[in-house]
Amino acid sequence: MVEVALETRNLNMRFGGICAVDNVDFKLNAGDLRCLIGPNGAGKSTFFKCVTGQLEPTGGQVFMRDEEVTGWSPHEIASLGVGIKTQVPSVLDGLTAFENIWLAARRFLSVTDANRMTDEVISRLSLGDIINSDVGQLGHGERQRVELGIVMAADPWLILLDEPAAGMSAKDVDSLTNIIHEMLKSAAVIIVEHDMQFIRSIASTVSVFHQGAMLIEDHVDRVMADQTVRNVYLGKKA
Amino acid sequence: MDFGFVILVEILYAVASLALISAGLAVVFGMMKVINLAHGEFMMLGGYAAITSANMGVNIFIAMLIIAPIVVGLIGLIVERLVIRHLYGRLVDTMLATWGLSLFFIGCATMIFGNTTTGISTPIPGFAVGDYQINGYNFFIIIVSVVLILAMLAVLKTTRLGLIARGTMQNPDMASALGYSPDRIYMATFFVGSALSGFAGAILAPLVGLVPTSGGAFIAKAFITVIAGGPALISGLLSSSALFGFVGQVFSFVASPVIGDVAMLIAAVILLRLLPQGVTGRFFKGKL
Amino acid sequence: MPKSWQKESVIVIAIALILVYALPFAINTFTLSILLIYGMLGLSLGLIWGFGGILCFGQTAFFGLGAYAYAISAINIGESTLPLIFSILVPAAFAALMGAMMFYGRLADVYLGVITLVVTLILFKFINSTASPIYVIGEARLGGYNGIPGFQTLNIPGRPDDYIWGDAFYYFCFAALVIVYLLVSWLLRSSFGRIAIGIRENDERMSLMGYDTRARKTVLFAIGAAIAGLAGGLFANWAEIVTPGLFSLGQSAEIIIWCIVGGLGTRLGPIIGAASLAYLKFLLGQQSMIDNTLIMGLILVLFVLFLPKGIVPAISDLWAASFGRRRKRLRKSRRGTRVISNG
Repeated sequence: MVEVALETRNLNMRFGGICAVDNVDFKLNAGDLRCLIGPNGAGKSTFFKCVTGQLEPTGGQVFMRDEEVTGWSPHEIASLGVGIKTQVPSVLDGLTAFENIWLAARRFLSVTDANRMTDEVISRLSLGDIINSDVGQLGHGERQRVELGIVMAADPWLILLDEPAAGMSAKDVDSLTNIIHEMLKSAAVIIVEHDMQFIRSIASTVSVFHQGAMLIEDHVDRVMADQTVRNVYLGKKA
Repeated sequence: MDFGFVILVEILYAVASLALISAGLAVVFGMMKVINLAHGEFMMLGGYAAITSANMGVNIFIAMLIIAPIVVGLIGLIVERLVIRHLYGRLVDTMLATWGLSLFFIGCATMIFGNTTTGISTPIPGFAVGDYQINGYNFFIIIVSVVLILAMLAVLKTTRLGLIARGTMQNPDMASALGYSPDRIYMATFFVGSALSGFAGAILAPLVGLVPTSGGAFIAKAFITVIAGGPALISGLLSSSALFGFVGQVFSFVASPVIGDVAMLIAAVILLRLLPQGVTGRFFKGKL
Repeated sequence: MPKSWQKESVIVIAIALILVYALPFAINTFTLSILLIYGMLGLSLGLIWGFGGILCFGQTAFFGLGAYAYAISAINIGESTLPLIFSILVPAAFAALMGAMMFYGRLADVYLGVITLVVTLILFKFINSTASPIYVIGEARLGGYNGIPGFQTLNIPGRPDDYIWGDAFYYFCFAALVIVYLLVSWLLRSSFGRIAIGIRENDERMSLMGYDTRARKTVLFAIGAAIAGLAGGLFANWAEIVTPGLFSLGQSAEIIIWCIVGGLGTRLGPIIGAASLAYLKFLLGQQSMIDNTLIMGLILVLFVLFLPKGIVPAISDLWAASFGRRRKRLRKSRRGTRVISNG
């Protein structure tokens, strides 16, 4: 039997009268890749935040590796071995790239192992040139890479990335594709994204969000051929 | 019956004076998101301005209601131009700088007026209710506070200035989008806020013996009232003044004034723990 | 941080040994003792504010609690060893409770400032109102605004009649400050310290890495309080009386001024800021031309406006600018072999 990395049952998130996430049932097997797509305001990011513990869902349940984690705080979820990258690059600006990644590694490893792991991540992401620079002074693409390094250093079995390609150059996006394939060797990966070009280059299965609910789940090519999805993206009534 | 009336007046007085103490700080915080830790010293200066001019022969009510606000407002204007203006958007730095200003003003007042208590007798006589003596001046303070709140409400609701102010409170970029210079608005706000502080200090001066360090007693109360009130100016001011004034006064009756103050501060700590955004962050969203 | 902790400790101790004999030629040891005590108090706020990002407006609460804990237990015990330990533990426990309440409530910056300020005021008002004889802990009367005089001062452990005072007390304070300084240095190099700095930089990122930032901030807050408490215990011995003034807002403001002037994010800055400003205040106290408070206020305003980073970082920036080339080369040679040692 294949292990389930993440599952949500009837997940709900309401803000006042607005239902940002509407009864979403979601399932992802270990080692799989899934992209969440949908127009702005479709509820992808809210769903993401409910899963990572940044928001407490108003209803439903979240399971990770068959353990119920509904309402856990972000640090408890991360401690399970879940790597999270938020939408806005979130790094430790006053510290060097090395220290950023080392702190993530140190959470699960001894000092010596953290040093080794940090060096390994740095070479895998080819961050060698910038390890001693303060992250606050790096460019946007480099900061994104440092944050991916932070995620990888914890050696997670489930990785959640919110818009990793946002603001990246074409070259950066290429290397991002490689990094994601690298991650997939040891983890299940969920990516929230609306850059379709990028999704086509990496994804097999996508889940489409529309008005808080799950519209369709299928292979990217079939999804893009689907008339309802096209309408949603072009802004017509579904 | 008489005793009940006395208690009611005392509680009303506590609420009113809290609103009066906090109004200046609330205006500055609401409009500029600046916490002015020199607020207590502005009140102290207002008190000195009123007493000094009264001693020079000016009618006490003119001294309190007109001279003190103008003097302190002008001091606030100078402070804003020299210091605060350079620190907009840096919340912690403004708090630190205004704390420095508060020490500076304490020093100034000590050098000018000496480290002795200055006072002035209350201009309104007391009267008796049954067996109890009521301080007539307390009524004056209640009336002044009510008038002040109504006036603030009227200005905010009906005047053009109030409209700009409300816009700025909702969204600081709004003013510049409407073509008003934010610099000017902040300057005017700080003037009004300081004047209100000076006004409050002058009104309360006859009740307390004034020393250069008197401001310290006010700042903590004003501080918690404003922070606990939250983003909405008037309803925040009213709700937290009512809450803290009530709690403080009840405990003063039951135990002692010191316990009353302590109870008020503890109430503030608990409130902020429960409602980190203040009362109006939760209940009166988007109101004034 | 170029040098290892061991190497740095050797250097610190060497400099301290020179200073401990050199300083008394310039200033008498009685005054020096209080400067050292204030230095330690400055360091306590410098640790939690400069490295933990926790803005505490009431650091003096822990200083005062330490002093009162010492005085009260010294009267009851009649020997100084245990009271000095209490002066560390009582504020630390108090801060742990207070910190847990604040950090688990997710209060940040301004609200943290409000709560710490308000708690300090509560203590001030409470202690001030304890003049009546009903406020007694064991044999110690709290004494309200009169404070508590006449307690057992520092003695050689186990020998209550052999007092440590005068020059000996100065050496004791110096040793205590050096030890605290080295412990803080060690803490900041340890994983705990690095994680604390990470939390200062970005709380959310650290919790997404799996760190319980609330618990860690609470612990750091308690450590800062422990240091402030030790300084308070030493202060009680220096002044031989404790008064509610220890909890006053003015005292709180001063600690903040020391840190701003000396420089946040450094270990030396707050110590130097505290000692030099306290000495300046002492010198100013001998004249009556200009009021003391006025000058302190002016210093705070001017530093916030013109040198918000403080003296020590400004000097080290200047140093780096003048000797920049040498530093750069050093940096390059370390590149690639950089590891974080002794965790």
